[in-house]
Amino acid sequence: MVTPAPEETTAPPPLAVDDLRVSFAARGGDAAGTLAVDGIGFAVPAGSILGLIGESGSGKSATLLAIAGLLPASARVEGTVRLDGRSLLDLPERQRARLRGRGIGMIFQNPGGSLNPVLTVGSQIDEVLTVHRGLTGRAARAETESLLAKVGIGDPRNRANVYAHQLSGGLKQRVAIAAALAAGPSVLLADEPTTALDATVQAQILDLLLDLVARENLALLLVTHDLAVAASVADRIAVAYAGRIVEEGPAAEVVRRPAHPYSHALGQAALPFGAETMRREDLLPELPGRMASAGGSACAFAPRCPLAVARCRAEVPLLTPFGSGRVACFRAGEVGA
Amino acid sequence: MTRLGFGGWFGLGALGLLVLVALAADLIAPGDPLDIVARPMLPPFTDWAHPLGTDQLGRDVFAAMIHGTRVSLLVGLAAAAGAIGIGIVVGTLAGFLTGWVDDVLMRVTEAFQTVPTFLLALAMVSVLGASTPNIILAIGISSWPQTARLVRAEILSLKSRDYVDAARMAGMRPLMVAFREVLPGALQPVIALVGVTVGAAILVESSLAFLGLGDPNEVSWGGMVANGRAVLRIAPHLVVIPGLAVALAVLSVSLIGDAFGRRLAPARER
Amino acid sequence: MTRHTGSFIARRLLQAIPVILIVAVGVFALLELAEGDAVDAFLAGTGGGDVAFAERLRQDWGLDQSLPVRFLIYLEAVFTLDLGYSVAVSMPVMQAIAIRLPNTILMMGSAILLSAALGSFFGGIAALKRGTPVDTGITVTGLVLNAMPNFWLGLIFIVVFVVKLSWFPLAGIATIDGPTDFLGRAADIAWHLVLPVLTLALTYMALYLRLMRGAMIETQASEWVRAARARGLPRGRIIRRHIARPALLPVVTMLGLQTGNLLGGSVVIESVFSIPGLGSLAYQAVAQRDLPLVAGILLAGTLLVIVVNLVVDLAYARLDPRVTDDRGRAA
Repeated sequence: MVTPAPEETTAPPPLAVDDLRVSFAARGGDAAGTLAVDGIGFAVPAGSILGLIGESGSGKSATLLAIAGLLPASARVEGTVRLDGRSLLDLPERQRARLRGRGIGMIFQNPGGSLNPVLTVGSQIDEVLTVHRGLTGRAARAETESLLAKVGIGDPRNRANVYAHQLSGGLKQRVAIAAALAAGPSVLLADEPTTALDATVQAQILDLLLDLVARENLALLLVTHDLAVAASVADRIAVAYAGRIVEEGPAAEVVRRPAHPYSHALGQAALPFGAETMRREDLLPELPGRMASAGGSACAFAPRCPLAVARCRAEVPLLTPFGSGRVACFRAGEVGA
Repeated sequence: MTRLGFGGWFGLGALGLLVLVALAADLIAPGDPLDIVARPMLPPFTDWAHPLGTDQLGRDVFAAMIHGTRVSLLVGLAAAAGAIGIGIVVGTLAGFLTGWVDDVLMRVTEAFQTVPTFLLALAMVSVLGASTPNIILAIGISSWPQTARLVRAEILSLKSRDYVDAARMAGMRPLMVAFREVLPGALQPVIALVGVTVGAAILVESSLAFLGLGDPNEVSWGGMVANGRAVLRIAPHLVVIPGLAVALAVLSVSLIGDAFGRRLAPARER
Repeated sequence: MTRHTGSFIARRLLQAIPVILIVAVGVFALLELAEGDAVDAFLAGTGGGDVAFAERLRQDWGLDQSLPVRFLIYLEAVFTLDLGYSVAVSMPVMQAIAIRLPNTILMMGSAILLSAALGSFFGGIAALKRGTPVDTGITVTGLVLNAMPNFWLGLIFIVVFVVKLSWFPLAGIATIDGPTDFLGRAADIAWHLVLPVLTLALTYMALYLRLMRGAMIETQASEWVRAARARGLPRGRIIRRHIARPALLPVVTMLGLQTGNLLGGSVVIESVFSIPGLGSLAYQAVAQRDLPLVAGILLAGTLLVIVVNLVVDLAYARLDPRVTDDRGRAA
């Protein structure tokens, strides 16, 4: 169930996800598969950034791929995904494909991987313009150059004619962003866009994303495992664990005053930006155990939770409003410094 | 064993059948297949004494087919064995000794690989004369480069492994190390090449025979096709049947080679 | 770009010299192995002469010298393109080769391109329909075609398309008394070459089929294809530009390697279809034991393979932007 964000508007949000479930078919094709996403829901308003944080296995990447419609055919997707109010999941693949690029843009973790090595980077943006906006030839190339300039690439005319391997990681990611935005989508999905980049380049790309979100009024869903990255750009943060959202709220709140024990642990493990105190015993506590698999009839975090009680092992905590956000914990807010 | 797949089993079965036929040729079709035994141009399936009919000289097609198995298989297997043998030796020496030995051997390999294989075999048969041993030699000499390259590459990658160093430390002479320790491991990908090499050898032999350069004392499928060409318009079966046999032999060897290559491949990806 | 290309060509040609030398050694060894020498063959072909005449010829041609000297004389002849005299066709070897070479190049070139095109096309379909009966069918067909003797396939084509259907001519490369204008002659030659080229192409197609199939299965799973899908590009465009095009590179690499096989195959095919090319000249030479001609064709064939490999490598460097020359800049 989606609780509307405090600053709700009358127009439907560019991206709204409700009770999303994703499971992958097991080998051998029997009924039981692997549940990756177990009822995730959130909304991303225009001109804002939602940071979806989680470790591997939390279902964050599967969520992104489900929204974009890029999961393998054997995956089962249930729930609702609305793009500007229009439901996506029940659309036939052809219409879904048309909305990709035009309504939703996506960038991936490995910057070099998004670009075809045997075509010039310019031609790869040209073709998006041709397919979605009907531009060809010189008109397309002119627009490509202006897109390259918009993502901060200098000398776009010559840069458009180079190949991916001739560019640095940061430049490659900028090109990927330009290609994702070429068709003018209202939603941008980013799957760990800065993880594979050097620290300084990371900051540059994050700045670029901030700038683009503001200028183009985008709704950016930024998936990352790095709390610091999310903290530096996101307006709101949602924390995922074992296929569910366990906490969601304004970025500053989730980072500084997390209500869920897991968010608290994440905060402790991340290098805090501008931490005031850095006592040894405060940093990097080891969390015992591994993430549980999704599904199940108890709190997935209970085995590793320092605050777990009997109820946690018997019932699934639901996302309920808490402060200016939501938390899924029976002892929300009790974890503290 | 089931991992051989349908192709592998088909190939194994077909090749087995051909080998049996080759070995039992004198039992199945006694006498000299080049003898004239009946009236010429007898159609197939009319006279059960001559099930596949006779050619334009009155020779029994069935007998010729049976005996032709011998030549094709013998030449194919022997030439391939020779080629692979030479390739293994050259590849091992080059890969293990490196330095100038490697350079020279690789240049020679490159030279043999650049010369069109069939032209070389043709030239050799032309100079040495067309007898079965010469043909085997000619085909063998033209086919070894591929194996040599593969073995050398494998040896180069295996040389740095621990068990080689251990043998060296124990004082084994370098060449002994090469042949006893490294070579067995390097041979695995060669197995996949065997199918290709034997198949190619059979095709070259049949092509040489077709051009009239086969052993004149032996019946060969290629020679039968050449013979049937003269009466192609009226008796195409004289061309079709021997060619089918060649295709079957090459196909079965290829399928076996593929199946074994695939079976061994997963074990290597560790 | 031309500067790099020039040095690239020069380097490759230099690398080819040891190969040519080794081949020359081999050919020389072969000639030495033959019974009788060039003089005997010459006299046998031209009607004989007495012993004194033979001795004088031997002196003239340097055949009475020692082995090393004879080899050097031979080498000099090779590098000055004097490959001796052919009794089989009664003209200098070099001339005979030069006359026949264009026909073979035309046939072989078309066959290489057609075989690569067919192989890539069907290999691509097999990759896209991987695991289905279409895939199995295509792969098996390629294997079966590869196992057929090329002369047999050619003869079968003749039975079907020439004898039964009369769609194509039986032999030769051009119709005698055929059209004389350029377009007419070109069309006539093309018509004659359809069956031989098709035979060659189908027989050697399997390698490209397997290569393209494997390469496309790999590119299909690559990240840039996923990104292209994320950009909403239609499936056809993705297949063409993002899956097939990068997968063609390994196929192009292989083009050169098949040249030797195709040249050998052309010997037989030219004999089957009576095409007057290098292959049938080789056959003639072997049949008449004209060793200088055989040797000359061996050398010419080797050179042809080297040149084709060079051209293919140049083409590959143009196609793959990741190929750089020694100095790290794009070729």
